Amino acid sequence: MKDPCAHCEEMMQPYLDHVLTDEEMRAAEAHLAECVDCRRRYKFEESLRIYVRKATTEPMPVELKQKLAALRIPLD
Amino acid sequence: MGHAGTVDRMDAEPEDAQRLATEARDRVRFEEDALALSDQVYRVARHLASSREDADELMQETYARAFRSWRSFTPGTNMRAWLLRILTNLNIDRGRRQQRAPQMQPLEANDYFLYDKLAENGDGISDEEQVVERLSQDDIVTALSAVPHDFRDVLVLVDLGDFSYADAAQILDIPVGTVMSRLHRGRRILKRELAESTLEEAT
Repeated sequence: MKDPCAHCEEMMQPYLDHVLTDEEMRAAEAHLAECVDCRRRYKFEESLRIYVRKATTEPMPVELKQKLAALRIPLD
Repeated sequence: MGHAGTVDRMDAEPEDAQRLATEARDRVRFEEDALALSDQVYRVARHLASSREDADELMQETYARAFRSWRSFTPGTNMRAWLLRILTNLNIDRGRRQQRAPQMQPLEANDYFLYDKLAENGDGISDEEQVVERLSQDDIVTALSAVPHDFRDVLVLVDLGDFSYADAAQILDIPVGTVMSRLHRGRRILKRELAESTLEEAT
């Protein structure tokens, strides 16, 4: 496996968080267009984030919802 | 102290009655809005807390406090962030933080650590999305709960709760730069934990 592109790794988190400047974004995309390894890793990172969100989604227990509603302060 | 104790509400000035009615209406609306957000708040609370039971208690304490101090909410601002600020403060105050000894060794190599481990383990990578699915849901929940709280709070708010860096900074009362560094670090720790559990399963 080739050494990962160090700069690309640095850019990955801000890239996926959409906080790069336009110029940085263009530079990252230019690199991604030509570097297969980085592209796969970005894709993996993106998939991982989506998967983590899915895996950690737990519906709120119905009883808890009822308990919260019961905490409302009655009108006098 | 506007009127003497013998004067009950029925005899209050019309403006007072009007004011009370408006306030009651505002409070009911506040409570309804807050309850409507409870699923979204729970989604984050579940992983800020150490267990389901803790999340359950934390939610109840948060809503009890929110209903009492509804006047301090500014209408038109972000109510979900306001509720989570109460919740994170309670979480810290109650000393619920079962702080694991910070695991700083080995340092979480780099951002590609998990990808590389999964790729090594597999039969070569064909599809990045399939690689991700080698991780079980339990692996992910367990790995997330193993991330130390300072990092996990930020990770959960941003990556699970969809809060911006700025919102997370406000909720946790820390600078935006700290949010960013903890977020990046937290994501790496999560991936390292995942890589470790994957390796354990493989052996």
